[in-house]
Amino acid sequence: MAERRSHSVGLVEPQTLHVDTPMGLDCGKTLSQFDLVYETYGKLNAARSNAILICHALSGNHHAAGYHSEADVKPGWWDKCIGPGKMIDTDRFFVVSPANLGGYNGSTGPHSLHPETGRHYGPDFPVLTCADWVRSQDILRRALDIEQWAAVVGGSLGGMQVMQWSIDYPDRLAHAIVIAAAPKLSAQNIAFNEIARQAIVTDPEFHGGRYYEHDVVPRRGLMLARMLGHITYLSDEAMRAKFGRDLRAGRINYGFDVEFQVESYLRYQGASFVDRFDANTYLLMTKALDYFDPAYATGGDLAAAFAPVTARFMVVSFTSDWRFSPARSREIVDALVDAGKEVSYAEVTSDLGHDDFLLTMPHYVNSLRAYLGRVADEAGT
Amino acid sequence: MNTLLTQTHDGLRDDLALISNWITPGARVLDLGCGDGTLLAHLQRTKNVTGYGLEIDPDNAIACIGLGVNVLQLDLDAGLDQFEDNSFDFVVMSSALQEVQRPDQLIEEMLRIGRDSIVTFPNFGHWRPRLSLGLRGLMPVSKALPNRWYDTPNIHLCTVRDFEGLCRDKQVDIVRRHVVNHAHRSNLGMRAFPNLLGEIALYQLRRTVGF
Repeated sequence: MAERRSHSVGLVEPQTLHVDTPMGLDCGKTLSQFDLVYETYGKLNAARSNAILICHALSGNHHAAGYHSEADVKPGWWDKCIGPGKMIDTDRFFVVSPANLGGYNGSTGPHSLHPETGRHYGPDFPVLTCADWVRSQDILRRALDIEQWAAVVGGSLGGMQVMQWSIDYPDRLAHAIVIAAAPKLSAQNIAFNEIARQAIVTDPEFHGGRYYEHDVVPRRGLMLARMLGHITYLSDEAMRAKFGRDLRAGRINYGFDVEFQVESYLRYQGASFVDRFDANTYLLMTKALDYFDPAYATGGDLAAAFAPVTARFMVVSFTSDWRFSPARSREIVDALVDAGKEVSYAEVTSDLGHDDFLLTMPHYVNSLRAYLGRVADEAGT
Repeated sequence: MNTLLTQTHDGLRDDLALISNWITPGARVLDLGCGDGTLLAHLQRTKNVTGYGLEIDPDNAIACIGLGVNVLQLDLDAGLDQFEDNSFDFVVMSSALQEVQRPDQLIEEMLRIGRDSIVTFPNFGHWRPRLSLGLRGLMPVSKALPNRWYDTPNIHLCTVRDFEGLCRDKQVDIVRRHVVNHAHRSNLGMRAFPNLLGEIALYQLRRTVGF
């Protein structure tokens, strides 16, 4: 146990910020009050200049690093990269990791009780955007009395929030680190999301999103959604390396039960997801992904959308990521160059696919370590 | 001894020091094949330039990041379409011309993107490579061309005369030329017979008006 935790932030406890000032949302609705749950790792320095905000991806939450109890088997979702001496070094940085609004086991979301009706929000929970999340994270920033983030960091959907931060609150972050992201979803990306949503909403146990009140969950739909998602997060090569066409029973049975190892794996991934994720949250998160398009307001001109940016950027992509391929990251880089902004770009040769950003390939880790080393020097930490 | 070299550049490699002298303060610079970012870091510190380095090697790119240089890990052979016309004051390519697939196209791209271009390359017309190939019948190996024929990254070696021929064909203005030896020193002989006595050639180029 001690060995396992020697490079860990150790035991962590989530904290809750209760906000009772109403917050307007992009969809036109208002949240009259809400909770934001977050964890922090490392220490804020005296100048309050060494804070890093972590924006999480679709299935992440506030628990990014460390363990909740001694008995905890699995650490936070980005534990490989956050900790003492790790890529995001908690010996130097104060790391803040919130759970997004609309989430499933922390911040206020569809499972929460509506303060006026006393019922679960369910389908009445407002549709959210990256800009809404960023707005709520800025409330957290103020509550923590942090003038400016040394860096805002995120992968995938988290990377989109980072871009939004740089545009909406240019003075509030010195550095923007965007990993395995895209400036907007392609039609193919949206199509995958729509299949996932249809799997959920057509599950007989979805009950129009009011399944909490029926004491059921749309297991089959959520499981299918996750299975589909999982295929897109892995590369063809990674799946071939992991499973090939291996048969579970060693021979073909000419039936529709699980025969190939990959089928078994996907069913396992899907089933375990159901136990830890909320179907309404999945709908909300994928919609936020679909809507993300900072260049929408500038007629599709991403460089113009980046005009207000003062943060310096580090963009990272992975060669085997076909969900958000390196070409999509280069669109971000090109727009930043066109806008005359400061940006570095690393294209990491990888095998696994989109989920590579959770791992620790040397090129990836060393690039970000070098970058964040400069950020820390600048922050005087 | 060339007078340009009397300026101090805190131990900067001499060819990079020469390039630095040609770059105006506050310029926007794109450095193609920027290596470990030494030149750009120096220019940022001493001349307040802004810009980016392009580098394909991950370790070099990491070194750039460590120096606080904006580095884009891109392959020069994939082209430079993403950069707009006249979007930089200087486009620099130091000792990379001979390593790219189509040097002619890359030079055109440099001239399109930058107001001025600075190119350096090892001169294959120097007497030593000539001697090696002409008399000994062996591909030259020297300080300026240290690789053997089988492991060299150089796929398009050229001479000073070849390069100037290309510039003539493409109607490119040679604003400045400087040839040096492998220790990056110049002398009267090199200035008189650059193709025979220069080991490394440095050029500042500009697009001919109307080209």
